[in-house]
Amino acid sequence: MAKRPTPTEFVVVRDEQKCISCQACVRMCANDAHVYDAQLDTVSVDNEKCVGCHFCETICPTGALTIQRNPSEFKLNANWDARTIKNITKQAQTGGVLLAGMGCDRPYPIYWDHILLNASQVTNPSIDPLREPMELRTYIGRKPDVIKLGVMSSEFVEKNKKLRTTNYELRTQLSPQLKLETPILFSAMSYGSISLNACKSLARAAASAGTFYNTGEGGLHKDLYQYGANTIVQVASGRFGVHKKYLQAAAAIEIKIGQGAKPGIGGHLPGEKVSYEISQTRMIPEGTDALSPAPHHDIYSIEDLKQLIYALKEATRYQKPVGVKISAVHNVAPIASGIVRSGADFVAIDGLRGGTGAAPTVIRDNVGIPIELAIAVVDQRLREEGIRNQASLIAAGGIRNSADIIKAIAIGADAVYIGTAALVAMGCNLCQKCYTGKCNWGLATQDPYLTKRLNPDIGTERLVNLLRAWSLEIKEMLGGMGINAIESLRGNREQLRGVGLSDTDLKLLGIKPAGEAW
Amino acid sequence: MGTKKRIVIREEYCMGCRLCEVHCLVQHSQTRNIIKAFKGEFPKPLSRIIVEEKGYVSFALQCRHCTDAPCLQACITGTLYRDKKTKAVLCNEDKCVGCWMCIMVCPFGVISRDLKNKKIASKCDLCLPNEEIQSRSSSGSRRTSKKTATFGMGEELPVCVKNCPNGAIVFEPGEKDALRNHW
Repeated sequence: MAKRPTPTEFVVVRDEQKCISCQACVRMCANDAHVYDAQLDTVSVDNEKCVGCHFCETICPTGALTIQRNPSEFKLNANWDARTIKNITKQAQTGGVLLAGMGCDRPYPIYWDHILLNASQVTNPSIDPLREPMELRTYIGRKPDVIKLGVMSSEFVEKNKKLRTTNYELRTQLSPQLKLETPILFSAMSYGSISLNACKSLARAAASAGTFYNTGEGGLHKDLYQYGANTIVQVASGRFGVHKKYLQAAAAIEIKIGQGAKPGIGGHLPGEKVSYEISQTRMIPEGTDALSPAPHHDIYSIEDLKQLIYALKEATRYQKPVGVKISAVHNVAPIASGIVRSGADFVAIDGLRGGTGAAPTVIRDNVGIPIELAIAVVDQRLREEGIRNQASLIAAGGIRNSADIIKAIAIGADAVYIGTAALVAMGCNLCQKCYTGKCNWGLATQDPYLTKRLNPDIGTERLVNLLRAWSLEIKEMLGGMGINAIESLRGNREQLRGVGLSDTDLKLLGIKPAGEAW
Repeated sequence: MGTKKRIVIREEYCMGCRLCEVHCLVQHSQTRNIIKAFKGEFPKPLSRIIVEEKGYVSFALQCRHCTDAPCLQACITGTLYRDKKTKAVLCNEDKCVGCWMCIMVCPFGVISRDLKNKKIASKCDLCLPNEEIQSRSSSGSRRTSKKTATFGMGEELPVCVKNCPNGAIVFEPGEKDALRNHW
């Protein structure tokens, strides 16, 4: 007999006493899990179709719905768990590669949860961020090796007497920098993988909070050019939507080599998602698959990468920082060193738990290394080689809260990218079905029925709230440590202690175990 | 001219969930309890807001409270009247005889027949507070029936605006003469 993948993942429990048959759930479920029976005037559920996005639960005006994990159990087996059995059954049925959205959800150790922060007691004063200024401003870009100051000419001093408070001036020419009001950026999510309303929310939130969002490889939609000053544009292996205006509109350019969720794998936006607007933005024919090759076919070495970096710098007259995004893999430290030496102004490293719109599940769950270790070893390597100042380091992939951010910065990152957290702020409940294009929250979809569910005004407000809340928390934690500027925390690993970590982990993270004093 | 505030529809964000209809119905029910309104009230109350749908475009429509309201001209009993304070077109249900002329002339089709209840015209009252409706409910007559008193809960916002999950119905200060061009 042909076996079906049962039991279903979720069970939708409907409280019949509360259900008023208003059919909001029926209308709203893109997966058609709710069915209305006009003869009986009742709503029933097809549990097999439920993906667990909780949209119906949110929309139900009487709170009649509860989504539960199916209590039906296989025989307990530590080796052959329910997920494994279901996956094998599914593949035996379809013969295809299993796909998944969002980041790796396997229970690998989360090092953030094994790192503790320091606070001031007696011997050094803590700072109250509500009473004293606290600096979160961050600059992303190449920092000079030395700073040269000179005395201003006497005529200049005389001329600008009222304006100047000092007679010294900076004589070093600084590289272009990105100025962030808080060390949090929105990571690369392309128009195509997410809806235009989601892109608009990110862009407006970045503009409002004084930070940056990243276009991903989807090009820049014409409506988003107005947010160019807060945009990092991506140049990826497919080169979608890359043209002179695109590069010039942005504040910075990022060359995408890899993505944390799928290192070594390219992208594939299915043709049915390539609407007229997307085809215009990506500069490809309508309805054709947008395939990003796994490698850049013109980058097979650090020297090749250098050529592209300088080609982009030339194209933008050396006025914008050009960075490189790689996924965290085993050799991340030497690779990052090569990238810095090839002239990148910032290096973004995307860890194992970085998200995606679609990736083979086996890749998402098994390839790459955690971002905590990657940032630690890259920062260490760049310091040892004396080139840490030449590029900023952006940590990405699984940053869940403000504590993760402050730990990432103390380990050595300059700023962090948040992607999944931003999506969650806009509605996402991590059902991991982005690849189906049926996102009920109007995020990872191009279906006009669904995209309008994200009002960019609401999305923007929620993203700005998130950035504000996290910034306030970062200030609180900084104050507790007696530090009044995020700059002073960067790479300050003495503020961190590991708990429940092996000696090797501690060595790689460059932190002491909890309990050990300075 | 024009109202102080008006309901503005942003159809680009209307997702067609029809929660505005649900909440409007509850607001205009006897009990104002969502479960009782749907399951315990017979005849079932009517929603005064109507979600129109075609393809993926949908929007919630309710009385536009036109500046030059044809229903006011057509009403033979003076049931429909203009509220002086808010400039809303309101309905004194006690006076309605069910001639349906207002429905004939309404350019938006937002007045519906309440056949199961009393035979009256049912339309948006902006969820205005009781006092406002009562104070202008009838010229001369001070009698306000229980039915009239259940109009409006003194909501600051119309319930459709308050309960729209996606900000697709907003209550904004009206532009001057914005309601004039209703045809």
